[in-house]
Amino acid sequence: MKPGRLATIALAVVFLPMVVPAHAATIQIVMENLVISPAEATAKVGDTIEWVNKDVFAHTATARGGDFDVMLPPKKSATFVLKKAGTVEYYCRYHPNMKATLKVEP
Amino acid sequence: MFVRWSAAIAAAVLLSSPVLLQGASAADKPTDPQIAHIAYTAGVIDINAAKQAQKKARNKDVKAFAADMVRDHEAVNKQALALVKKLNVTPEDNDTSKALSKQASEKLAELDKLSGAAYDKAYVANEVAYHKTVNGALETQLIPSASNAELKSLLQTGLKIFQGHQQHAEHVAAELK
Ligand SMILES: [Cu+2]
Repeated sequence: MKPGRLATIALAVVFLPMVVPAHAATIQIVMENLVISPAEATAKVGDTIEWVNKDVFAHTATARGGDFDVMLPPKKSATFVLKKAGTVEYYCRYHPNMKATLKVEP
Repeated sequence: MFVRWSAAIAAAVLLSSPVLLQGASAADKPTDPQIAHIAYTAGVIDINAAKQAQKKARNKDVKAFAADMVRDHEAVNKQALALVKKLNVTPEDNDTSKALSKQASEKLAELDKLSGAAYDKAYVANEVAYHKTVNGALETQLIPSASNAELKSLLQTGLKIFQGHQQHAEHVAAELK
């Protein structure tokens, strides 16, 4: 093996963790019988939220501040990648009694 | 006495005051086949009102709300039909269902005479009142009276749907002002 190639591998090993975000997790939130659970979830910027609608009714995950408005057709899931930190209150536009909070850490 | 409760719910629909329902005693307890019929009828009434709105409404939020009502109530009623089939229960027509239907067709005729913004306002106001009344009936009578656990649980989901619709209707009503 040429020393140059070894150096490349070494560099890749060192830098790889910096390129791929360390905590890019997917967090599942379930909507069932018109209840969002967990009602309070914590995530980090870069994480993906996956809402799973187990109902036969269409729902939405709509942020009060307008950060997101995700449509959830019956028995379908949808995702949203968190872009900014902060506490987001969201609800369903069709059933405003469905409410939840998302705490997004930097 | 079931008939007395029927009169109470009819009066409540008429006056949009669910408080009246609370006067009913335990003796008024409807049976599961009657409860299934009442719940199904309540859904059909809202679907019919929404179908009228889809034709008559002018405001786009009102039109969208009407489409939501058709979609949700058809979904609930489909579940209700599947459940009664599974439980081998035949929904039984009763005085409450009849009173609800009679009130509803009178309201439909009344709304039919209106048009434009006046219609939109009256439809949404009636949706708020109607969902409030049905919520009251579900909470104080239908859910406590249901003996089958699956029927009870479907009614509880129905209550959450109706409560959601009431809030949604209240939002739309506020936007119309
Ligand atoms: Cu919803």
